[in-house]
Amino acid sequence: MPYVYENYDIVVIGAGHAGCEAALAAARLGCRTLIFTVSIDSIAMMPCNPNVGGSSKGHLVKEVDALGGEMGKNIDKTFIQSKMLNLSKGPAVHSLRAQADKKAYSTEMRKVLENTDHLTIKQGEVTKILVENGKICGVRTISDAEYPCKAVILCTGTYLKARCIYGDVSTYTGPNGLSAANHLTDSLLELGIDVRRFKTGTPARVDGRTVDFSKMAEQKGDEKIVPFSFTNTPEDIAREQVSCWLTYTNLETHQIIRDNIDRSPLYSGDIKGTGPRYCPSIEDKVMRFSDKERHQVFLEPEGIDTNEMYIGGMSSSLPEDVQYKMYHTVPGLEHAEIVRNAYAIEYDCINPIQLKASLEFKNIEGFFSAGQANGSSGYEEAAAQGIIAGINAARKLSGKEPIILDRSQAYIGVLIDDLITKGTNEPYRMMTSRAEYRLLLRQDNADLRLTEIGYEVGLISKERYDALCDKKKKIVEEIARLEKTTVGAIPTVQDFLEKHNSTKLQSGITLAELLKRPELSYQILEEIDLDRPNLSQDVKEQVNINIKYDGYIKRQERQVMQFHKLENKKIPDMINYDEVQSLRLEAIQKLKEYRPASVGQASRISGVSPADISVLLVYLERYGK
Amino acid sequence: MDGDTITGIASGMGGGIGVIRISGPDALTVAGRVFRTKRFIEKPDEEAWDISFFEKKASHTIHYGYIVAENGSVLDEVIVLLMKAPKSYTTEDVVEIDSHGGPFLVQKILTLLTRSGARLAEPGEFTKRAFFNGRIDLSQAEAVMKLISSKSEFALDSAVKQLEGSVSKYIEEIRQELLHHMGLIEAALDDPEHYELDGYGQVMESVIQKALEKLQALLDHFEDGRMRSEGINTVIVGKPNAGKSSLMNLLLDEDRAIVTNIAGTTRDILEETVIIGNLVLNLVDTAGIHDTEDFVEHLGVEKAKKFVYQADFVLFVLDASMPFEEADEKILPLLSDKKGVILLNKSDLDEVICLDEIRKKLDWEMIPFSSKTKEGLSELEKYITDSFLQGEISYNDQIYLINVRHREAVEKAVTSLQRVLHTIEDGMPEDLYLVDLMDAYQKLGLINGKTASEDLINKIFKEFCMGK
Repeated sequence: MPYVYENYDIVVIGAGHAGCEAALAAARLGCRTLIFTVSIDSIAMMPCNPNVGGSSKGHLVKEVDALGGEMGKNIDKTFIQSKMLNLSKGPAVHSLRAQADKKAYSTEMRKVLENTDHLTIKQGEVTKILVENGKICGVRTISDAEYPCKAVILCTGTYLKARCIYGDVSTYTGPNGLSAANHLTDSLLELGIDVRRFKTGTPARVDGRTVDFSKMAEQKGDEKIVPFSFTNTPEDIAREQVSCWLTYTNLETHQIIRDNIDRSPLYSGDIKGTGPRYCPSIEDKVMRFSDKERHQVFLEPEGIDTNEMYIGGMSSSLPEDVQYKMYHTVPGLEHAEIVRNAYAIEYDCINPIQLKASLEFKNIEGFFSAGQANGSSGYEEAAAQGIIAGINAARKLSGKEPIILDRSQAYIGVLIDDLITKGTNEPYRMMTSRAEYRLLLRQDNADLRLTEIGYEVGLISKERYDALCDKKKKIVEEIARLEKTTVGAIPTVQDFLEKHNSTKLQSGITLAELLKRPELSYQILEEIDLDRPNLSQDVKEQVNINIKYDGYIKRQERQVMQFHKLENKKIPDMINYDEVQSLRLEAIQKLKEYRPASVGQASRISGVSPADISVLLVYLERYGK
Repeated sequence: MDGDTITGIASGMGGGIGVIRISGPDALTVAGRVFRTKRFIEKPDEEAWDISFFEKKASHTIHYGYIVAENGSVLDEVIVLLMKAPKSYTTEDVVEIDSHGGPFLVQKILTLLTRSGARLAEPGEFTKRAFFNGRIDLSQAEAVMKLISSKSEFALDSAVKQLEGSVSKYIEEIRQELLHHMGLIEAALDDPEHYELDGYGQVMESVIQKALEKLQALLDHFEDGRMRSEGINTVIVGKPNAGKSSLMNLLLDEDRAIVTNIAGTTRDILEETVIIGNLVLNLVDTAGIHDTEDFVEHLGVEKAKKFVYQADFVLFVLDASMPFEEADEKILPLLSDKKGVILLNKSDLDEVICLDEIRKKLDWEMIPFSSKTKEGLSELEKYITDSFLQGEISYNDQIYLINVRHREAVEKAVTSLQRVLHTIEDGMPEDLYLVDLMDAYQKLGLINGKTASEDLINKIFKEFCMGK
């Protein structure tokens, strides 16, 4: 018999990276929040790669931090190696990645959750979402306990009907043998939610003592560390770093895989879920890119207090005996002891086109969904959705408009817009090429883009906000100063230019103009910039980037203005597309299915043509009158 | 509402007459820049021309005159309708230019207008303005929008569609090349430990140079005004009064002409497209429609050579009532290595020309013809068809842009690609190439209707092994 246990404002189902951010945001905004997890010991667990960040994912972490989220702070506490990727490229694609001590990461996040007001953690499996008149009214657990609430955030990750597979071995468990959530899918289906099955995988872990590192290339962390969180300085987080190691597969490895490919559940058809094109399994790499003679393999430590190492690049669902042979062909791994097998995991997730940009289901009021449950992949993608769902669930309860970041504001906006507008047929991974305005969406300016929003929402302290305003002011002032400070063709300047292989001056020029020269920078110009004020490193960086890439940044800003024109044309919820004359049938079907919130969003739906958009604009103009 | 001035075709494109509409605050001035009165043409004086000509005229008046390009050449004889705001279709100042020319000439005038201060209208934009300015009601607007969404506005005759097909293919090849390199750069940005970009600037530079050459070729042909349908490029040569116009009359008889095209700004060349035995011939008659001038002298030897050289097939007209003379002889050197046929114009007079003599000089088939009796037509038809089937002559494979909208897209793509070259020259990092590369890729996509949204992502995954 179901019985009522206790009332809450918001219930979060799952305590992975999405669930933690969602629950923290909701509780910090004053909502009585309950977070469910199948195991308290698996809070913020990293069941796959032992790192946070990377290309474009690092951007997401910085954005979560700028909004007042936890992931950046938590990885700053627990990283064991830090690296800024793409430093030889432009600032827009610099991307921070840190190796995490997995155990410490989980423990530290759990500490934060346990010590957050209004937040209750509970171990248990939610089996039913309770909905009345299209509105959330609570959840029920496997023990028939009911928790009435006003909003629910689904953050089930890879746990829904999870099945782990290698070779012909398959177990109905979540990652790392944790118990799966086997009942909730039925409840979602009952609610009319479109559910699909995705697949992902993880490589084996080996005992570091049995690895011959002399056959591998050492991959050290950066000497100059950049923190993820804007609240930390490099000095705050300075520490000893550990190394990763690079080795390669070879033709022998590939031969073993080819010889046994019929035993792969992926190829035998036992796995039906759709896998990611990014991070393919090693058998996928070998079969799809058969002309490649070798693939990279990274050995990454799982933590400080363990000998376990992650074999990055070699995820697999081949049988145990094949894995054993395959890993042992890799230089340095000849005698490696495998601690955990590689496996593939299949799980249920929802089709994200059923969601609004607020991450609330279009059809069920108060029901939100975030993370891998929405068809994304990756810890960072999950956290990014988690904080947005948490904020918006809380705002919903206090009758406020949802926070929606658009494609020109944040990678988070790109991520969510892609998911809800384009849908996804594979676990969706963030990529820098998905962000059309990436010159503006840099990891270095995430705070300038988003912290004000975080402050208005209530997740950023007044102190942090004031510091941001001060930083903004200093940047503007310094740029203005460089734009009006002129240097003449005097000997010291000419000598300076000659020294830096830069063309000598014919007449006076502003420092800003000089800074635009490829061979010069804000830092280099210090020598001839006599009245330079004393500024912090992050202000200097912004000044340098903004002047140096001014032309490109301005062009993107113009593109953004165009983008906003359609984005600002809202489509009323009540619109009846059948009434819009001259829309093509395909467009009507798609628009009914997606129910876009703006004409801009409508224009990104595949199957809606520019002509349909014109028709829609004409119709909306009348509707507005 | 929108502050700018737009121009576009107001009538369908299939007919012989094209109405070009200009609407917006600068419509009168734009029209004044390209329009000249008959009096002006008779006594040109650019200094004295008043571009506010139309502003000084009353609304709802009709004006006869010419459209003149920047270099002073006359494009067309036109009738211009003036409708001042608010009493016009869009409620803005509107000028409608009634042109006599076929689609190509209409395109040329449109191009000129876009260089003179108007922007090319989006599909349905006149109607949109009319609607937003309260001139027409929703049902009217929707009826027009329906036309647009069915794309009939762009569906021209089948010859044009065919042309579009070849342009689309040509453009797609350029796009795919760009996409490949964008994919590689993106793969390297997303997986920097896996893919390197060292020295990629140089690779990109040559890729872009090649793409630019291809695009420039398209633009050059557009500017030349030498756009044609796909067909056998055929040139008619012959001394003055040999009978070229008789031959033209013979070929153009019986509604064979499907497009009348006065191409080129100098009116040196007249081009007709005719169908002979199911084959399309692009007939270029050198030295104009009049048969009185010597085309070699008229064009100059070099240009005449070039025309003949570019032809797939040559029709050499001889007057059978006269002996082979120096004027005929002058043409012979142009014809070496060409495929062609000798056509003997049989006037009512007796045949004087010595066929054996000609045969020694030029080993081509000889066909007597008469425009009056239509003699020779079926022989010519058979000869051309046979030659085509035997692969001795073939259709031109030159790609032409036929649409001003397309030209604009190509021009923008060229600008974007040039920007990428600057980015490379400036030593900027590789990710910045993408800003303008993507732009060029999308602009070119406007030509063949390809959208870009997921192309790049799919390319990256397809060609590059990504991720750990």
